[in-house]
Amino acid sequence: MGKVMLEIRDLKTKYVTRFHEDVFAVDGVSFKIEEGKSLGVAGESGCGKSTLALSMMGYYFPPLHYISGDIIIDGQNISGLDPDTVRKTVLGKEIAYIPQAAMNALNPTQRIIRFVEDVIHAHDPKADKKEIRELAEARFAELGLPKDVLDKHAVELSGGMKQRTVIAVSTILSPKVLIADEPSSALDVTSQKMVIKMMRELMEKGYIKSMLFITHELPLLYNVTDDIMVMYAGQIVEKGTAKEMVFDPVHPYSHGLMGSILVPEAGTRGSTLTAIPGTPPNLKKPPQGCRFAERCAYAKDECRYHGVPEKPFGEGRSYRCLMSVEQLREVYEHE
Amino acid sequence: MSEKRERKDFSNGPLCLSGRGVTKVFGLGEKKTVAVDHVDFDFHEGEFVSIVGESGSGKTTLSKMLLGLINVSEGEILFQGKPRDIGSGRKKREYWKGIQAIFQDPFSSFNVFHKIDSVLLDCINIRGGRGLSKEKKIEMMTEACSFVNLKFAELTNKYPFELSGGQMQRLMIARIFLLRPKILLADEPTSMVDACSRATILDMLLDLRDETGMTIIFITHDIGLAYYISDTVYIMEHGRFVESGKADEVILNPKAAYTKRLISDVPKIHEEWDLSTVDLKTE
Repeated sequence: MGKVMLEIRDLKTKYVTRFHEDVFAVDGVSFKIEEGKSLGVAGESGCGKSTLALSMMGYYFPPLHYISGDIIIDGQNISGLDPDTVRKTVLGKEIAYIPQAAMNALNPTQRIIRFVEDVIHAHDPKADKKEIRELAEARFAELGLPKDVLDKHAVELSGGMKQRTVIAVSTILSPKVLIADEPSSALDVTSQKMVIKMMRELMEKGYIKSMLFITHELPLLYNVTDDIMVMYAGQIVEKGTAKEMVFDPVHPYSHGLMGSILVPEAGTRGSTLTAIPGTPPNLKKPPQGCRFAERCAYAKDECRYHGVPEKPFGEGRSYRCLMSVEQLREVYEHE
Repeated sequence: MSEKRERKDFSNGPLCLSGRGVTKVFGLGEKKTVAVDHVDFDFHEGEFVSIVGESGSGKTTLSKMLLGLINVSEGEILFQGKPRDIGSGRKKREYWKGIQAIFQDPFSSFNVFHKIDSVLLDCINIRGGRGLSKEKKIEMMTEACSFVNLKFAELTNKYPFELSGGQMQRLMIARIFLLRPKILLADEPTSMVDACSRATILDMLLDLRDETGMTIIFITHDIGLAYYISDTVYIMEHGRFVESGKADEVILNPKAAYTKRLISDVPKIHEEWDLSTVDLKTE
């Protein structure tokens, strides 16, 4: 077992609406990422994937609020630090974040080099501009980005190029953890492949130590990350290696998700996609029992009343369902 | 992915929409851009056609020409075997009874001031149902909503923006169900919804085709999706069709280099995804 780079222990965060109602968007999430490993998060829209990413940075601003839990990056607990300290010591250096609309994250009036300077100056206000440029040029060259990008404005770059620039700038300080929130969902397939290749190179060259990759595209997750966890209504319902999760999902929700995979391979045509009926529960009042019970085809009465703990099974896998693994596998076989 | 879906073959039916040398040129002189470059196509009645290409390949320009939203620079479009005439507003409205569209962004597809029942009621009125009794109209709207797994009783008195993206896109399909056009043009209807709602919407479109025998033209950049859903696939690069044919033939046995590249760029499950084919230094 490698060194643990990131550990999240029972993290709970909430949104407070303007009517002072609490929405429990991340509710008791725990996981670990080891050095050199990547973890994928899958799930529907609104299941809390992006909130998890925001909560993990320890940088809370309304309407997002921290309730409890630990965020431990390389042995250092950052939960409970005040936002200013987090911004100065943690963001960019320990943990970097690529948002969903990274392409719009660049200020159109600034040259790219200014963003690099901003990131470095936030941590070391006295850093020399010449040295920053040298560092940026070296890093950009290594990642296959042309040197003249540094002196361009964001509007002069194509979508794929902008996304790669954002990734290069946000990882300039070699963070220990990179959180990528749907970094390629707005790009076409070729640019997507370039972005993924670049992230893999960052990982191989050791500029980032570990990665959390969020997307709802399962084939992409399968090809990019080592492990996958499936999130539903603010909780993790199943964890496992990428291969196990795609070919042998146990939880009824992950089983349903894997049925919606579309790939251009022989055999996918002619079969029916399985969509999960219904909508996720309202997290203002999370259901008392299993959160998936309302939409689950195999739910019994007891599922609605008993909360389900995370149950470990196999080699490092876990799931959240009252039924046993054998029972579930048997049910899927008879479908 | 256990159940098998019966696929009917519509590719020998009568012609519904065809194009001969359809071209669109934007700009003049040095700034001239040929967005669509002399394309020929034949869409049959009841056929499920996909047009696949990357951003900037001219897919959306072509779809706008098919809808009659922009003029054709050169060539002609034939609707049901006859040259299309959309010279006046009245003729255009008549043409739109035969062709309807679903767009990418469900949030901007609806008029925010109109309630859902009035949106659906308009569709019945356009189809000549103005004189029907109120009960009959409600019955029709309920049927259309249940076709897309929505409950009409829960939707009355609501505005479209109170629904989620996936629900709105399904409501759009309910509209099409009531309007029964000859052709439905779907321009990336699933690119803004998640994988789960995507499966629902795709299956609904297939059901819609099977039930009404409507021609569906599906525009997408996702070749995996096109392979799953369509009978015929057209691959578009720089405004031209580089390859076309039955989905099985084109996707499993691609001839054009561009098609091969598109397929190799999509992450797969059973085959390895070869990252070495892209060079980070290009672009």
